[in-house]
Amino acid sequence: MVGETGADKVATKSDLLFSAKGLEVAFPDMGAKPVFGRAPLIQILNGIDLDITRGSVLGIVGGSGSGKSTLGRALLRLIEPTAGIIEFDGQDITHLGEDALRPIRRRMQMIFQDPMSSLNPRQRVGAIIADPMQMHGFENISTRVDDALDHVGLPRNFRSRYPHELSGGQRQRVGIARAIALKPEFILADEIVSGLDVSSQAQVLNVLAGLVKELGLTLAFISHDLSVIRRLCDTVMVLQRGNIVEYGDANSLFDAPKSAYTRELLDAIPLPDPQQAGW
Amino acid sequence: MSAFLTVNNLSAALHGFDQRVLRSVSFSIDTGEVLGLVGESGAGKSMIGKAILGILPSAIEIVEGEILLDGQDLQKMKPADRRRLIGATAALIPQDPLTALNPSRRIEPQITNRLVDILGWTKSDARGRAMELLNEVHIDNPERVMASYPHELSGGMRQRVLIASAFAANPKLVIADEPTTALDVTVQKQILRLIRELQTRHSTAMVFVTHDLGVVSKVCQRLSVLYGGKIVENSSVPDFFEGPKHAYSRALLAATPKYNDPDASLLPVDEAVIEAVAAEVLAADKEWRHGG
Repeated sequence: MVGETGADKVATKSDLLFSAKGLEVAFPDMGAKPVFGRAPLIQILNGIDLDITRGSVLGIVGGSGSGKSTLGRALLRLIEPTAGIIEFDGQDITHLGEDALRPIRRRMQMIFQDPMSSLNPRQRVGAIIADPMQMHGFENISTRVDDALDHVGLPRNFRSRYPHELSGGQRQRVGIARAIALKPEFILADEIVSGLDVSSQAQVLNVLAGLVKELGLTLAFISHDLSVIRRLCDTVMVLQRGNIVEYGDANSLFDAPKSAYTRELLDAIPLPDPQQAGW
Repeated sequence: MSAFLTVNNLSAALHGFDQRVLRSVSFSIDTGEVLGLVGESGAGKSMIGKAILGILPSAIEIVEGEILLDGQDLQKMKPADRRRLIGATAALIPQDPLTALNPSRRIEPQITNRLVDILGWTKSDARGRAMELLNEVHIDNPERVMASYPHELSGGMRQRVLIASAFAANPKLVIADEPTTALDVTVQKQILRLIRELQTRHSTAMVFVTHDLGVVSKVCQRLSVLYGGKIVENSSVPDFFEGPKHAYSRALLAATPKYNDPDASLLPVDEAVIEAVAAEVLAADKEWRHGG
């Protein structure tokens, strides 16, 4: 298998929240489909192995088309893997049916890239946060909505606002509030700050970093931007065309990247410094 | 050398409203110089580019000030003359390469049309120039790209096509409106290098609109920081990155991610700084009303 194992500490069964072995995903290439018969498959992920320990933050980086979002969605079983095993909290969920998955779904939540298209424009913030809780049969929903808003640093009266009345950063914090309201153990954040201004970006990342500590969340943070990853993540996985090119401790990856592709990604980041080498 | 573009005390407002969206903006750009316009969303940075090119939304009108392009006051010209002057001397590199290209037409006419329609070139001259330009933006197979539809090209290729088409008529002024925001970091680096290369080779004056201070430090010589449609700081790029003078600029710089210095980056902008800069903008408004 490609890459080394990322967990520095030897993970025991109990503190391993997510693990994947030989995970593969392939999609049919409809462009190349013959008139009769099946479309040929395009391999998106080639045998990904990963371990996410409880309470850790994993960064998943790569260029467009590297398979980082596909990996995240396959872990949450939003995309059916073609091969491999996914284990969540020691349980094999690779081929679990939708009914059996339902209680597990509450424990793994997702925050999306574009807050405008992932929040219902015709619902108020309060209902947006409350709906998933209702679906999962929570009690005292109203207090929980207030709690969730407190956690992400939004005023409680925001529950009566509509998404279009909020700024991009505030909307993204509503997305976070909706996810944490269900008291999940794992959150997948897919490019959640790429549409935001630097100041709201800093704010959203700080809220998220605070929540990870406070609530003991486990987080997978997908981004194409290595510079936001360092602040947040303990381990980083670099993907290129569906393969792991580097996987390991965040600080050592940034200080001494082993693969040429990681080096290239780092060098391409324009730092706010006119003297930066390589430009 | 005299400035190629001078914007003097430019204010714009929503039609029929007192509230300004651009607040007495002044700057000038010499031939061969790149000025960065930096600010967060809603700061009015793209609005300035649109005002210069005469493509402001119809609900927004220029209420005072002047734009001097190559020594001519655009506000005083007849609309048709103004369009001709802008079409012949200025060009735009837009943000989103997919929406800027017509999805139902091949690349070739999208580059050559302007040369034929506005500048009166012959079709074969325009085609030759398009080939030359696609070579210049390092497209290996210009024949194939010219015959392609936009959806057949990658994001980076599309942006190269738009850069080629912006530089097609040898513009003296190019307005780049967040040209790399939609691209990957590695592709962004190539595109920024390409823009810098073409800009230097043709000594183009350039307005570079971006929210990314990292990008500014790579392509611009000077920059203006905007808040609420007002320039809060003008600076040369080396001076700015040594230490910005305005508190808001300092906060913006601190919020910019720096992977080599994680502790000194991603610091959220203090509410007090935002309030102070907003108050400054409003105070300027009051003064403006009393003066005008």
